[in-house]
Amino acid sequence: MSLLELEDVTASYGHAQVLHGISFSLSENGATGLLGANGAGKTTTLRAISGTVRTTGRILFEGRDISGLGPDRTAHLGIAHVPEGRGTLGQLSVRENLLVGAYQRKDRKQIATDVDYVLDLFPNLQERVRSNAAALSGGEQQMLAVGRAFMAKPRVILLDEASLGLAPSTARRVYDAIVRLRREAQVSMVVVEQNANLAFSVVDDATVLETGRVALHGSRDELMGMDAVRRAYLGG
Amino acid sequence: MSYFIQVVVDGLSNGAIYAAIALAIVLVYRATGLINFAQGGMAVTATFVAYALTRVGVPVLLALVVAVVFGFLLGALLERGVMRHFEGGDPDTAVVATIALLVVLSGLSAYFFGYEPHPFPSLFPNRTIEVLGVFVSLRSIGTITVLLVVMIALQLLFRSTKLGLAMRAVADNPRSSALSGLPVSRLLMIGWGLAAALGAIAGVLVAPQLFISPGMLDFVLVYALASAILGGLDSPIGAVVAAAFIGVVENLAGAYLDFIGDDLKIAVPFIAVIVILVVRPQGLFGRKVTVRV
Ligand SMILES: Nc1ncnc2c1ncn2[C@@H]1O[C@H](COP(=O)(O)OP(=O)(O)OP(=O)(O)O)[C@@H](O)[C@H]1O
Ligand SMILES: [Mg+2]
Repeated sequence: MSLLELEDVTASYGHAQVLHGISFSLSENGATGLLGANGAGKTTTLRAISGTVRTTGRILFEGRDISGLGPDRTAHLGIAHVPEGRGTLGQLSVRENLLVGAYQRKDRKQIATDVDYVLDLFPNLQERVRSNAAALSGGEQQMLAVGRAFMAKPRVILLDEASLGLAPSTARRVYDAIVRLRREAQVSMVVVEQNANLAFSVVDDATVLETGRVALHGSRDELMGMDAVRRAYLGG
Repeated sequence: MSYFIQVVVDGLSNGAIYAAIALAIVLVYRATGLINFAQGGMAVTATFVAYALTRVGVPVLLALVVAVVFGFLLGALLERGVMRHFEGGDPDTAVVATIALLVVLSGLSAYFFGYEPHPFPSLFPNRTIEVLGVFVSLRSIGTITVLLVVMIALQLLFRSTKLGLAMRAVADNPRSSALSGLPVSRLLMIGWGLAAALGAIAGVLVAPQLFISPGMLDFVLVYALASAILGGLDSPIGAVVAAAFIGVVENLAGAYLDFIGDDLKIAVPFIAVIVILVVRPQGLFGRKVTVRV
C-alpha cells in the first residue's frame, strides 16, 4: 500500500484553479520527485497535501482521506512541509526553531537527542545554535528548515526547492544531508526541485508537471534516459 | 540629599504604573506580533468589573480575581470575534482595528459608569512609612512588588515554557508555525486573553491612585508605549526598567529644572526616549532585529 496517494486533485487560489487533476503516489519509505517549470504547480501540490490550499479530489495518507484538513492536523498525522522560502522563525534562536519543530512531541529526552542529531547532520548550525535564525545565511536557514521538519519525527517530509538561491556547493551539501536523513531516519519524501540532478540524488521516481497537469511519470533511470527531460532539467 | 531621594522614589512609583501597562503591551507583542492599542480599553473594562463588585461589598482581592478571569475571557473573545478577521492580512490594518476596539470599549465603560472619575479601594493599606527620611507609601511598595512578580513570571513564560515558545513562534510567522502543528488560532486567543488578564491586574493596581474613569489609562498608555518601545518591545525586564527610568526622569525634571515645572515635565521622558532610540534603535534590552534577504 502506498503511504501517500493523490487521486485527481485540483487546487485553487480564490477563483483561479491552478491544479487540474493531479495523481501520483509515494510508497512507504520511498522518495518521489516533482519536476516542472516555474508556475507548473509544484508548490501548490505540496500545499494541497499539507492542507494550506483549497482542493478537490482525494488525498490518501496511510489509507485515510486527509483532504480538507488544515496544516496543524496534517502535521499531527506525520506530514512535515518544508515550505518554499524556508519559513524560518527569524526572531527565534536556531535551537528554538528546532524545538518548535518538535512541538507535538512529548518524549523530551528523545527530543534532546534529535536536536543533537540535527546539529551533527548540519555542523554549520552547531556554532550558531544560540543565534537568531534571521542572522543565518540562506544555506544555513535551509538546513534549519530541514532540521526543523525532521524534529517532528514525521512519516513524510515535503521538500520545496531546497536548493533555491544557494551556491551549487551549498545546495549539494544540503542534499547530501537529505540523502543521509532519508537513509538513517526512515522518512519518506516528496522532493520538489528545478535542479533535477539534485532531485535524482534522492528520489526513486518522479512526476513532471506542466501547467497544473501531470505530463510524465517515470522511474529515475527512465527519466534520466529521456532526451527531453535531460534538456529541460539536467542541463543538456 | 533626602529631597533628591524622595523625588526619585516618587518617580519610581509613577514608573510602576507605566510598567504595569507596558508589561501587558510587551505580552501582546510577544504573543501576536502586534502593538495593541485596545490594551488600555481592555484593562479599564476589566477594572470597571472589579469596581462594580467592590461597590456591592465584594473584597478588593476577590474582585481582582474575578476581573482577571473576566479580562482573560474578554481578550480571548475579542481575538476570536474581531481580530481573527484581520489575521494574515496587513498588520497596519490590524493595528487600526485595535484602535477601534479601544474607542468602543471606552465608550461602553462610559455608557455604564459615566466619564467622571470614581475613587477605587486599594489592595494595600493606605499608609505611608518613613525610611531614612524618605516617605514611601505602602501602596507603591505593594504595586512594585506585584509588578516584579509579574515581570519574572512573564520572563519565565517566554524563555522557559513550551507555551511561551509557541506564542513567540506564532507571533513571528503564523503560517510557518502551523506547518509544525502549532494551533495558531488557539495560541493567539490565549495571548490576547493573558494580555487582558494582565491588564486587569494593572488596572486594579493603578486605579486607587488615578481614580477610575473610562479615560483613566489614556495618559498612562502613552508612557507605557514609550516604556515598552524603549525597553525593546519584546523584553519584560526592559519594559520595567524603561518605565522606572521614565518615571524618575519625569519627576527629576519637574523638581530640578525650574523652567520646566509640572506642565512641561511630561515632555522630558519622550525627549530622552527619542535620544536613546536614535543611539540604540532596538531599545535598551531588545534583541537586534536582523533581517537577511
Ligand atoms: N498564493 C497564490 N495566489 C494566487 N495564485 C497563486 C498563488 N501561489 C501560486 N499561484 C499561482 O499558481 C500557479 C502555480 O504556482 P506554484 O507556486 O504552485 O508553481 P511552482 O511549480 O511551485 O513554481 P516555481 O518553480 O516558480 O516555484 C502559478 O500560476 C502561480 O501564479
Ligand atoms: Mg514553487
